[in-house]
Amino acid sequence: MSYARRALAVAWKDLAVERRSKETLNALVFFSLLLLFVFQFTLGGDRERLAAVLPGVLWLGFVLSALLALGRTFLVEREHDCWEGLLLAPGDKSAIYLGKLAGNLALMLVVEALVLGLFVVFFDIDLGRALPGLLVVVLLGTLFPVLLLPVQVPVLLATVKATEALLLGEPLGAVGHWVKLLLAADVVYVVVSLLTFDVVLEA
Amino acid sequence: MSVEPVVRIIGVRKVFGLVAVLDSVSLDIRAGEAVALLGANGAGKTTLLKILATLLRPTRGAATIAGHDVARAPEAVRPLLGVVAHGAWVYDDLTARENLRFWATVGGLDAYADDLTVALAGVGLERVADARVRTFSAGMKRRLSLARVMLARPRVLLLDEPFAGLDQRARKWLEGRLEAMKAAGTALLMVTHSFGRELGIADRLAVLAGGRIALDTARGTLGPDDVQRLYAAHAEESA
Repeated sequence: MSYARRALAVAWKDLAVERRSKETLNALVFFSLLLLFVFQFTLGGDRERLAAVLPGVLWLGFVLSALLALGRTFLVEREHDCWEGLLLAPGDKSAIYLGKLAGNLALMLVVEALVLGLFVVFFDIDLGRALPGLLVVVLLGTLFPVLLLPVQVPVLLATVKATEALLLGEPLGAVGHWVKLLLAADVVYVVVSLLTFDVVLEA
Repeated sequence: MSVEPVVRIIGVRKVFGLVAVLDSVSLDIRAGEAVALLGANGAGKTTLLKILATLLRPTRGAATIAGHDVARAPEAVRPLLGVVAHGAWVYDDLTARENLRFWATVGGLDAYADDLTVALAGVGLERVADARVRTFSAGMKRRLSLARVMLARPRVLLLDEPFAGLDQRARKWLEGRLEAMKAAGTALLMVTHSFGRELGIADRLAVLAGGRIALDTARGTLGPDDVQRLYAAHAEESA
């Protein structure tokens, strides 16, 4: 019970700090807006070309935003040396990791919802029936920016391919193999992170 | 004051790269006793504090808190410790009350509203309990740090330059709080390079120089001038 309370406290703290300062959210929205604007300007109105590159553009926006967000959440801990306090807290440190993961996930989902909305406006796309499947892929794919890019590559490939198929009107079942890969990778990486966070922190 | 030391430092050596910052440091502190650790910049005071706080591991030697080795059993040591470090460990965008509740929860304590109110009143921050810490002065942030450690009721309190940046009134107030914690049986190790009146709360003075404890003496009736003279003699001799 104490483990869950500690993880929740960390997640709540990260979200409360962000809700009040809006530092990360503002930076991410502006960054995503800039990215979409640049791509829109570069790609123009060629629908065929757009259909081929849009999934990649979308995930590039998500991944870069997430990396930016992650850096900022750890920056908050450096201010006033709060990181030392977290390190000295008794008990399993993976609760802190889990709390940070949950806080980042919630923040990224907000950013991704905004980016998706902007994406629709910028590229004049009708998400229509692709939306429910897309939400599943986005939800699972969002966990991965907490890992380093080399580790992300296979997962990124799966998310881009699944997004591409869904945007072309295929049902979620048609990209089942990619979704299974995402799900398995999510489970493996979160479990490995939970098991190693304590050791890495103490090293 | 109990006879058995609650803090024991035995022959601690700490090397960073090729530089030995600490070399065979030994020191004991008993419950209810306050030791002021004096030393020049770079003498290794903060390093020693970090070793006791389980943030650094000694290269050689050992340190124990209430019988638990700080390097081998940090999880047993941490619940016994209170640390007021250089950084205040506060989040500017949370209120004073929220900061306290957060650290209490992360520290595994039951953060009851009444306890938080009492802790905030204890450090004179009850009127700004629901104000964001961003609006606080350095002294107020220091008080909030102290409320955090008071809430945890530690057996050992480690303080790194606790009086730095405080005005005369805040210094006097902090002296009072530390005296109260001493009276309640908390062992205090206070790192400082000031010879001012704040040394008044110390029962013993230890001078760290040349990587060793160059002087360990009862403060007794020594005044600031006597301390400065002793410090100069021992620090310069060992450097």
